[in-house]
Amino acid sequence: MSEPKTTTIEINGHPCRVWSKGSGPKIGWFAGFGGLPRWTPFLDELAKSRTVIAPSLPGTPGATGHTLLDTHLDWICAVRDMIVKTGLEGADLAGSSVGGSLAAEFAAMWPHKVRKLVLIAPFGLYDEADPPADVWAQKPDDQPGLLCANPQVWKDYKAVPAGANSVEWPIEQIRASEAAARIFWPLGNTQLVKRLPTIIAPTLLLWGAEDRLMPRSYADRFARAIKGETTIRTIASAGHLAELDQPEATARAILDFTA
Amino acid sequence: MKVMWFHLMPYTELPADFRDKHPSVWVDIHSTLFDPKRAHHMYNDFMDELEYAAECGFDAVCVNEHHSNGYGLMPSPNLIASALARRTTDTALCVMGNSLALYNPPTRVAEEFAMIDCISGGRLIAGFPVGTPMDTCYAYGTNPSMLREKYMEAHDLVMRAWTEKETFAFNGRFNQQRYVNIWPRPVQEPHPPVWIPGGGSVETWQWCAKMDYVYCYLSYYGYKAGLKTMQGFWNEMEKLGKDRNPYRAGFLQFVGVAETRSEAIERYAEAAEYFYGRCLHVDLKYASPPGYNTEATQRVGLESQVRAAAEAAVDPAKGKDALAAQGTTGSTTGTRFGMVARTMEDIVDRGYVIVGSPKDVEEQLREVATNMNVGHLMLLLQYGNMSKELAKYNTRLFADKVMPKLRPMFSEWEDKWWPKAMEKSTRAELPTFSPKAEAAE
Repeated sequence: MSEPKTTTIEINGHPCRVWSKGSGPKIGWFAGFGGLPRWTPFLDELAKSRTVIAPSLPGTPGATGHTLLDTHLDWICAVRDMIVKTGLEGADLAGSSVGGSLAAEFAAMWPHKVRKLVLIAPFGLYDEADPPADVWAQKPDDQPGLLCANPQVWKDYKAVPAGANSVEWPIEQIRASEAAARIFWPLGNTQLVKRLPTIIAPTLLLWGAEDRLMPRSYADRFARAIKGETTIRTIASAGHLAELDQPEATARAILDFTA
Repeated sequence: MKVMWFHLMPYTELPADFRDKHPSVWVDIHSTLFDPKRAHHMYNDFMDELEYAAECGFDAVCVNEHHSNGYGLMPSPNLIASALARRTTDTALCVMGNSLALYNPPTRVAEEFAMIDCISGGRLIAGFPVGTPMDTCYAYGTNPSMLREKYMEAHDLVMRAWTEKETFAFNGRFNQQRYVNIWPRPVQEPHPPVWIPGGGSVETWQWCAKMDYVYCYLSYYGYKAGLKTMQGFWNEMEKLGKDRNPYRAGFLQFVGVAETRSEAIERYAEAAEYFYGRCLHVDLKYASPPGYNTEATQRVGLESQVRAAAEAAVDPAKGKDALAAQGTTGSTTGTRFGMVARTMEDIVDRGYVIVGSPKDVEEQLREVATNMNVGHLMLLLQYGNMSKELAKYNTRLFADKVMPKLRPMFSEWEDKWWPKAMEKSTRAELPTFSPKAEAAE
């Protein structure tokens, strides 16, 4: 696994890291809960045949500035700015969990600027008949198993790398959780359901078969509301962040859909 | 020295197996444990106790705000304070306080506090806590990433509402009001004294110094755990060029007084073990919403963990002490709840509750006040499932035998942060209320 190329764009006056790698048609990636503390095997799989461009959302590893964003419109405008500045307008767009919700917002607000859309267990909806788990009310030992089918995968993803600052690294990880909370606290309901009918891009909804955070029923809710053609696929032996548990299968599903 | 009597209003009938059968005293404590008809008696007992403390001569009675909480039955301390305003005459009313970010619009706080100040003739102390994670982020659903920003903005709005003479528009990030003009307005000019209960964050200390507010360390873990925090506070005041006026600070302490130390331990063990065993049983999943602690506070906590771990590696015995100390002085609510002492022996040993004869208690509190340099001693003399009878015994004995000895402390300093009530002769009579001769019981 080789390192991606790092560039920096400015969003609301704050630096925002953009990782890119590969060749071929562009695909944008908005990471899930916890952001992108490190490059992942999943993104390497995508980069084998695509140019992967992964900007960090404000407040997630590689970017600051989340505390300037007070309303959901502020977040949507920040995401649009990131997409414009990374040349992703008109490209395929994929996002997981937290990032999936914001990718869906962009596709709803600027429907002609997305070719195909991939959403992995996105946040944004809340149905009290089948509520998502509260990701911010977990004992530290319980959180890994909520996010990944194999808790060790999450622990490794978040572990302090050799040579990293052992004080600043954990603060960055908490900041990523805070940024997600800033968007979605307390229930995760951003009223996205009202905007989904304007999405016209063909949309793939991917779900980890063992997602313990976002119930599988939300795939159907998204599919019903999105105007474009939708496909639902389940990834076996994967949890909420399917791309971490099953990098190859998740990447393969995305590559097949966007081919 | 100001001696203040504080009530948390704990539900006194949590079952003995509460800690085994129920995950948390806070946030999702089960409704079936609450019997409103029993709570009727609890509230009335608690209000009797507060009124009794006022009759016994305590300088202030204190109430505070909690939500969805089995040890704090005051979602609105203002309701209790307004009742106390009519049943006390000269005692200060310390509302400790209203969690500013939870009020929409926050001018509600300016209005209600002004009402209490008017009704009481200027006896209000206005406390502005940020509020715990359990109260604010979970029970009230406030976004932890915006809590402190909302708090600061609400503070600015309340202060302007109290002090500006003309109707004004408030154009904030979170609050926008075209016409701010509160009626009534507080008796105290320019506004009631503001006290800030907080943890041990440097930012809070600096803010209190800048605004000239009283800082209160309201810990349940007593003077041994609190000493380091208060020393940090005074070091910061020195850095900022502030004097060591002990009335800049308040500190909370549980106390149980009896004729002898062994009698005190025997009398107060059940109530103390009820409080630390059942009341402080909080599910850790509600302790650390992301963003609640500022990054500066996180940094201090993480650096001290790294230091403690390094000490443990070099000298296991010393390192163990450092790690254990984090249990009660740790930077997060979670680390503190995780290591609470639950038996009377440990509770007394760690200094959570000061017990003893009047002489013992006086000596210990004198030492606490001196070492911490704290002029506002906020005492919990009722805690856990303590009966009204025992609470009154504790209160009376303390008032008669301990309080007079402590009062002369710090007489060289002026308390600039105490309510300035209307002259007694100009205050309304309270014809419907004549203090009972309970003090003579």
